[in-house]
Parts: sequence; C-alpha cells; structure tokens
Amino acid sequence: MANSHDSGHTQEGPTGLWSWITTTDHKRIGIMYGATAFFFLLVGGLEALLIRTQLAKANNTFVDADTFNQLFTMHGTTMVFLALMPMSAAFFNFIIPLQIGARDVAFPRLNAFSYWVFLLGGIFINASFLIGAAPDAGWFGYANLTSTQFSPGLNVDFWGMGLQILGIASLAAAFNFIATIINMRAPGMKLMRMPVFTWMSFVTQILVVTAFPVITVALVFLMFDRMFGTTFYSPAAGGDLLLWQHLFWLFGHPEVYILILPTMGMVSEVLPTFSRKPLFGYAVVVYSGALIGGIGWAVWSHHMFASGMGAIADTYFAVATMLIAIPTGVKIFNWMATMWGGQIRFTTSMLFAIAFIMMFTIGGISGVMHASAPSDLQQTDTYFIVAHFHYVLFGGAMMGIFSAMYYWWPKVFGKLMSEGLGKVHFWITFVGLNLTFFPMHFIGMLGMPRRVYTYGPELGLESMNYAATLGSFLIGIGTLVMVFNILKTWKGPKQDVGKNPWGAATLEWAISSPPPVYNFSVIPEVRSRLPLWTEDGMSEVPDVPPEPVHVPGGSYWPLVTSFGLVGIFVGAIAKSVPIAAIAAVVLVVGIFKWGYEPFEM
Amino acid sequence: MSTAATAHYTSTGLDTRKIAFWAFIGSECLLFGSLIATYLSYEGKSVVGPYPGEILDIPLTSISTFVLLMSSLAMVLALDGVTKGDNKQARIWLATTVLFGAIFLGFQAYEFQHFVHNGLTLSTNLFGSTFFVLTGCHGLHVLGGVIWLSSLLIQSYRNKLGPDKAMTVEIAGLYWHFVDVVWIVIFTVVYLIQRG
Repeated sequence: MANSHDSGHTQEGPTGLWSWITTTDHKRIGIMYGATAFFFLLVGGLEALLIRTQLAKANNTFVDADTFNQLFTMHGTTMVFLALMPMSAAFFNFIIPLQIGARDVAFPRLNAFSYWVFLLGGIFINASFLIGAAPDAGWFGYANLTSTQFSPGLNVDFWGMGLQILGIASLAAAFNFIATIINMRAPGMKLMRMPVFTWMSFVTQILVVTAFPVITVALVFLMFDRMFGTTFYSPAAGGDLLLWQHLFWLFGHPEVYILILPTMGMVSEVLPTFSRKPLFGYAVVVYSGALIGGIGWAVWSHHMFASGMGAIADTYFAVATMLIAIPTGVKIFNWMATMWGGQIRFTTSMLFAIAFIMMFTIGGISGVMHASAPSDLQQTDTYFIVAHFHYVLFGGAMMGIFSAMYYWWPKVFGKLMSEGLGKVHFWITFVGLNLTFFPMHFIGMLGMPRRVYTYGPELGLESMNYAATLGSFLIGIGTLVMVFNILKTWKGPKQDVGKNPWGAATLEWAISSPPPVYNFSVIPEVRSRLPLWTEDGMSEVPDVPPEPVHVPGGSYWPLVTSFGLVGIFVGAIAKSVPIAAIAAVVLVVGIFKWGYEPFEM
Repeated sequence: MSTAATAHYTSTGLDTRKIAFWAFIGSECLLFGSLIATYLSYEGKSVVGPYPGEILDIPLTSISTFVLLMSSLAMVLALDGVTKGDNKQARIWLATTVLFGAIFLGFQAYEFQHFVHNGLTLSTNLFGSTFFVLTGCHGLHVLGGVIWLSSLLIQSYRNKLGPDKAMTVEIAGLYWHFVDVVWIVIFTVVYLIQRG
C-alpha cells in the first residue's frame, strides 16, 4: 500500500498534510521532532514558571501542595523525555545522514514509527492533566511512594506507562541510528573522519540501547505491583525498596549522558567553524566522549549515597564519579584550545557555544563536589543539587541545543535567523539562567530542601528565592524573543544563503540549503576529515543529478502500528480489555502490513 | 520484512538489518539481565511459601528445555534449506521449529497452571512475582518467535521465501537462538541452582 513513486529530478518532495503524515524522509521527521519537542519545551517551561511563582515568597499559596507535586514531576519528566531528548533526536535525524553522506537513515519507516510513538507517548502522559491526575511522585518515582497505598490515583500509572511508550520510541531510534552510522557512511568516511556530532550521537545511541531496557524492567515491575499485586517494591513481603533506586539510576545516570553528549557534539561543530580552526585534538575529543559514555554506566549509585550502602560501595562510586571529570575536563580544554588563536566570529550560535562551556564547567565542578559521599550527604535533596543539574542541563544541554539551532537553521530552512534578535535572546537567557540557578547553590547550602511546596520566612531565604524567580521570568522573556525570531524568519522574505553560509568544514554544507529530497545527487567520496576545508577533500556533488535518483515513497503503516502500540497502554489505563484487544490487533496487522509492503530504498 | 538496503553498498559490507538486529539483541541482554538479576537478588527472601524447592519440577522442565534446544537445530536446518533454495527442507524444518516452540509454550502453560493450582501466583510472595515475570517475559518472546516463524512458513508456501530471503530467515534465526540461549541461563539459575 505504499504510494511508491519516483521523484527523479525534483528537488522538493510531495507537499500537503498527507505527505507529512506518511513521510519517511529523515529531514521531515527531524523537523517534526524539533517542532514537537519545542512545543513540549514551552509546556515544561510554563510548569517551571508556575513552580517559581509559588516559591517567590515564603508561605505562598499560589498553588497547593498537590498541584506543586504535579508541577515539579511533570516539569522534570517533560524536560528530560519530551523536550531535551527529542530535540537532540531532531538533530540526529536531520544532520547525521547529511554528515556521513547518506541518502536517508537505514530504516526510514522505523524512523517515522519512532517519531509517532514519541508524539503519542507525550500526549499520553500529558492527557493526565485533563482528568486532574498528572504524575506527582517525582521524575524519579521512588518506591514505595509510587505504591497503590500511597499513590492510589491514576497519576503514577500515566507516568509509568508513558515512560514505557517513550522508551520504545527511543530504543527504535537507537537501533536505527547505530545501523545508519555503522553502515551507511559514504565511501572514504572512515570512523575517525566522522564529525564529532555524529560520533557523540553514536555513543549516545549505545547508551540508549543499554540503559532503556533497565528502566523498562523497573517500570514493568511497578506496573505489575500496581495492577496485579506483585510484591517487587513491597517491604512487607520482603521486597527491597533499593531495587527501584538501583534499576532507576542504572538507567538514570546514563540518561544524563544521553542528554549531554549530543550537545557536546554540537558545540564541537560550532566552535571550529566560528574559530576557523579545526577542532583541537579531534581524536582525543572522540575518545573522551566514548570514555564518558563508558564510565557513565558505572557510577549510578552516587545518586544513592544517602541510602546507606556502606563504605566500600560509597568509596567505589565516589572515585568512579570523580574519574569522569578527567575526560570531561579534557574536552573542555580542547574546546578552549580550539578557540585559542582562532579568528573568532561572535555569532549567536558561537555565543551559545561559549556559554555552554562556561555553564557546563560550573555544573561539572559542583558535580565533583557531591561526587564525594560525605559532602553529598549535606547536599543531597537540597536546592544545591537543583542548581547543579540545571547548570549542566540548562546551562549545558539547552544552551548547546540553542547553539545548534542557530547554526543549522539555514541548512534546514534555507534562511538565516536574525542575528540581532538572536543576541538579545542569548543575553537575556544567559543573565536569566545565572540569576535563577546561581542563588540556588546558597539556598541549598543554607538548608532548603527540594520538592517542598513552600518555606517559612524564618529561614531568611526569601530574597534569594525572589531573585531566582525573577531570573526564571527573564528566561521566559528570552524564550519569547526566540519565538518571535523564529516567526519573523518564517514569515520573512526568501533568502539565498548558499550551500555553506558559515564556511563550515563538514559534508552537510556541500549541498544546497535546504537539501534536496535525495540529499546528495551522487554519493560523494570523502578524502578528508574536513572535506570542505581541504584541497580535493571530497569528490564533486553536482547540483543536478546526472541520473534520476530513486526516492522511497511514504508509508502510513508506521503510524498505524504506533497507534496500535499506544492503544494497548490506553486500554491498560482505562482498564478496558476491548480497547487493548483492538489495539493489539491493530499493532499486529500494522507490523505485518509494514513488513510485507513493497518499499524499495 | 523489508527489503531495505539489501543490495546496496554498505560501509562494512554487512547487511544493515543484521547490524540493527544485533543492537536489538544487545538491548534484550540488558532486559533479561535486569530480570535475572532481580530474581537472584530476591532469591530466598520470600516470607511465605511456596518456595522454589517445593514446587519447581526439574525433570519436567528438562524435557521442555531439550525440546527448545532442538528447535534451534531445526532453525539451522531451515535456514540451510532457504539458502540452498530447497523449499521442502525449508518448510519441514521451519514447521518443526514452530512446533517445538509451541510445545515449549504448552509445557510452560501447564507449569503455570500447575503452580497456581498449588497456591503460587504473581502476588503470593517474592518468588512468585520474580518467577512469573521472568519466565513469562521469556515465554512472550517465544510466542513472538513462533508467530514470526509461522509467517515465514506461510511465505514459503506462497513461494515467496527463496534464497534471496536468506537474510530475512537468518535474522529470524538470530532471534530464535537468542531466546533459546536466554532460556539456558534462566533454566540454570532458576531451576538447577536453587539457593532458597
């Protein structure tokens, strides 16, 4: 049932809503990931502003405790799973095939499936707001707060099942990108010629493949405890609550690197381009990234120092955690050495990349502080931790994504965003984020616990909390500036940005902006790590294909299959066997139709 | 299965689907690893019976284990048949693989029903919770394999499973052997080495 067709010489694919719904083009899927994640970013940001409004003054009654629980749970869950991860996925989709010289990802329909499952999973979790039962047990969902005894409503069910759905989307995408990066590289694109963004994305996918099954198991146990009365997290039956913590953080710590490694790759593209110098120590940056991913898998229990694991475990996890600072530090020095002596252009993208290094370093240093178990016992569950991970995830990952957005926007849409508005966006965000999160170090050290909906005036923390709230609204204003910039660029006149507006070195800049539907008119032969900065660095890619290029048609079976998959969870949460059974049939039919439809690459 | 990327240039010379499938098997290792680790860490911690030693039937499960192991041999012969273009061999051994998989599931259904009859359910104790979720998850994997291989058998009868589809069958075989290997681990740690 595929509407197979040959696009031949056409530069643009088919148009219209149906063509987007059935698309298997990695570029369109990347744009859809980006747009959806951006929407969820605004939702998560709004939740953050509500949290900060409540905390602006002591004994505030803006929201009640129950609502506050839902807000911080959904803020964390949304930002991690529905904003940051899919924003990285947007760049994986659009950029990786272009950077390695491929016509698409290895499995275009699986790619569409990942997107639809992600979208439906995001809607599934947020639908909980409609019935007033949004998840409220924290993004970490510690047992046995999540047991039916303490969380009798559907809140935790929405959370647990929603994360399972999103996990399936991430896993499917990870298999796809691993196969793409290993096997779809253009001739001459050796592993050690791959751009650092592609390399870091590759490490990220390996972390996804190994980490997500573990949380899936933890969530299946939780679901069974809640639905079928199993005793995995029941101390009365002999169960150990630390089982959840171990399984969750076995996933949760690699997840931190799943969020940060892609953005480390992004700034590793931006910094050389705007310094007009090759990345300093390319190979060491790649190895450091792989090492961060590897060690990142062996440090999970530093989230559990307060649980009393004993001196030997504490010592091991403290030392292993501190070890990660070494490859991370290596990268930071390599980025600085890249800029050293370069012809630096302070574009918006470059400003965000430089801010990434600074902010991430601050977050990294506070991270090393609570890598020490005795120190962590003072800091755990306080605002000091909140300050730490917002410096790495907002000051780091989010700034990196903003940098990448301004950098690749002309490649994706063929238009440059306004640099003036971009710099306004940058400075407001930069000031706002430091005003928000820097005082939290002190708020935490002075003893204010996380996740508590209000505090008394006798703690003397009102002025610093008020400053943090002001800062968060500055970030909100900065975001509005960015939205305005996007709309202005969107509505603005057509531009001719050429193939390579920034004078960058990598393969995606060798083709037109936006790229034609088939990407490369002929698959290039790559002869250099920096093909566009090297004499004869790659074979020529003509603007018009010398012979018609076959472009695979779309398919709606990935969408049908994802409806079947998510429908099973809808049936489970509605406790409706008929819904689940119908969805299961849709799922099986979808898989078989997908498997046997003619779909030529 | 899709015919994507079969006859194209690839960086490694390997089939792209095979690489993706090995990545999938890698994630499955972590899935079963987490389940088995949970079983082991809760072994002997149940506060009420029935306990494993009272209820697990090693001779009976040895038979079903042997049947599942033999199904892997049948899978190898089926792939050999498809690769050679020998339809008869392919069909006989695909059907055997499916049959042996189904027999294994039959044994498991009997075992589950027998345990429930003897007072061990999902919610009885930690042993019941960990045992049923671990072996049930494996059983679902066997069921998925039986459905997958049945669809290949049907394709063979429609004369659509020629040597050009050898890779499709090989990947199904990879899955089947993996599920088989996982069972050897489960059989060893759950049935043969009982610690409580």
